[in-house]
Amino acid sequence: MAVNMDQGLYRRRQITNYLGMATSMVAMALGLTVLLWILLVLFSNGFAALDWDMLTKDTPAPGTDGGGLRNAIVGSLMMVGLSVLVATPVGILAGIYLTEYGDRSKTAELTRFVTDIMLSAPSIVIGLFVYAIVVATLGRFSGYAGSMALALIAVPVVMRTTENMLRLVPGSLREAAFALGAPRWKVSLSVTLRAAKSGVITGLLLAIARISGETAPLLFTALNNQFFSTDMSRPMANLPVVIYQFAMSPYDNWIRLAWGGALLVTLAVLVLNILARVFFREKTSV
Amino acid sequence: MQTSLSTAQDSSQMLAVAKRQRFQDVLFHRSTQIFSLIVLGALAGIIVSLFVNAWPTFAKFGVPFLWYSEWDVNNEQFGAAFAIVGTLSSAGIALLIAVPLAFGIAVFLTETCPVWLRRPLGTAIELLAAVPSIIYGMFGLFVFAPLFADYIQVPVRDLMSGMPLIGFLFGGAPNGMGILSAGIVLAFMVLPFVAAVMRDVFEITPPILRESAYGLGCTTWEVVRGIVLPYTQKGVIGGIMLGLGRALGETMAVTFVIGNANRMPTSLFSPGTSIASTLANEFGEAADFHMSSLFALGFLLFVITFLVLALAKIMINRAEKAKGF
Repeated sequence: MAVNMDQGLYRRRQITNYLGMATSMVAMALGLTVLLWILLVLFSNGFAALDWDMLTKDTPAPGTDGGGLRNAIVGSLMMVGLSVLVATPVGILAGIYLTEYGDRSKTAELTRFVTDIMLSAPSIVIGLFVYAIVVATLGRFSGYAGSMALALIAVPVVMRTTENMLRLVPGSLREAAFALGAPRWKVSLSVTLRAAKSGVITGLLLAIARISGETAPLLFTALNNQFFSTDMSRPMANLPVVIYQFAMSPYDNWIRLAWGGALLVTLAVLVLNILARVFFREKTSV
Repeated sequence: MQTSLSTAQDSSQMLAVAKRQRFQDVLFHRSTQIFSLIVLGALAGIIVSLFVNAWPTFAKFGVPFLWYSEWDVNNEQFGAAFAIVGTLSSAGIALLIAVPLAFGIAVFLTETCPVWLRRPLGTAIELLAAVPSIIYGMFGLFVFAPLFADYIQVPVRDLMSGMPLIGFLFGGAPNGMGILSAGIVLAFMVLPFVAAVMRDVFEITPPILRESAYGLGCTTWEVVRGIVLPYTQKGVIGGIMLGLGRALGETMAVTFVIGNANRMPTSLFSPGTSIASTLANEFGEAADFHMSSLFALGFLLFVITFLVLALAKIMINRAEKAKGF
């Protein structure tokens, strides 16, 4: 009798367990399906749109046939490039401060906290901020304003990864350098930072990936430009905003170009992400 | 004589070097500090600049701006009610869908999954997080919305609209756009973020607790429910809040599918608007007072997400501190 009751309980527990595990597997499968589905749709529509014209011609006027994304690609590359040039030294030096100097200070603690929040803060608000202080003051949209918004998004990413990577450097390495009489700045730059190089580069790659796909902060800062332009003090075409405007448009060739642009952006972002992982794994597994 | 002179020279030289190095060190210390303060400066700048630009609206409408349900550009009557309702409801739906899924994924990755598969599957989920939000938006607009309209909206409406009490939730034109669609697309956007945090905190659970439970004969499910989840409670809540923060501020994924209508959503299928999508849609053509109202919306969005994210961070920090037990 007692054995029978235990059997029942045992079966119930087993069934609950199987149900729970099955549900978790379904959840995982669903997540993967969505990823694959998005990639499949993107690749089939994107590669259908991909041709030589897309890379060599500029965005078409409303209602005209053909056209490409040359101006948007160049604009995106320039803006992302400039913002990375700005964000890299700022983020790395700030990260060095947080690890090497800011261990017990309240300000550093606060900075760390705020940086973590800025990592997830709505990017459209960053766009509003840059609009208010740059675009409204100068009276026009510009590539520089777009770069500044992107840099503001990239700095926290670089800063936090730099800090985390520097923390992994063993203290004995620093002490050895100090014992040789090296000044602090030299220890930070040529010993600790060099030891954490691969991790810091990983952070940079992730930051580039993050800002390459950002649309919202560029809407109010770089705006868009129908023509080819390398003048960053003027409104500048860029892939995300072109994708946004073209995808919402009624013209078939615009929608086709939007898919092509979406493919380019996603490929760039995914390749950067995978590269960052491979790079980091190789160096840390040694 | 000769030697003492040279040591004196040496020591004065060394003193000069030491002095130079100390100066360089101070310079290095201060300059890195200034760079790290840029983040705090940016935060202060965002709050101040948004508030200053939003001031005309706050001065005119005061606190009732929050629940005033009017968005009339021509007569300059603005209230945040539509946008706040749209933002909160789409983010709420997103969490309702994303949290159980993220929990399932985290359980799978930490308990059920064979070890050799953990890394590739974890990476796949992280890549889902890396896909730019505008891609989710396009996917939602061109692929998800038509399917949703044909296979879910129409059947559900036919089934439910006659029902008393809840029937009104399912009315509206079946074009695939609306609060519910936006919530679903958002759910898959925030899913990887929540899942990643949950997985990370699940791994914090001390193996000895887990193994003791297994040793007593617990099933995997019982270990998750009775040991892992209570132990990592704060981190799990933190992860959910992080997802909420993301969902509230997301612009592109929402703008494509929410329908962008400045009125109060009356059902799950009716088009609405969120704070971020209102900004994306109207900012380009806005001027003067209209623009100040948009800044007011942006200010509200920033304050709300900041509070949510701050709470999330505090929770996650506490969970990680518990690690050293």
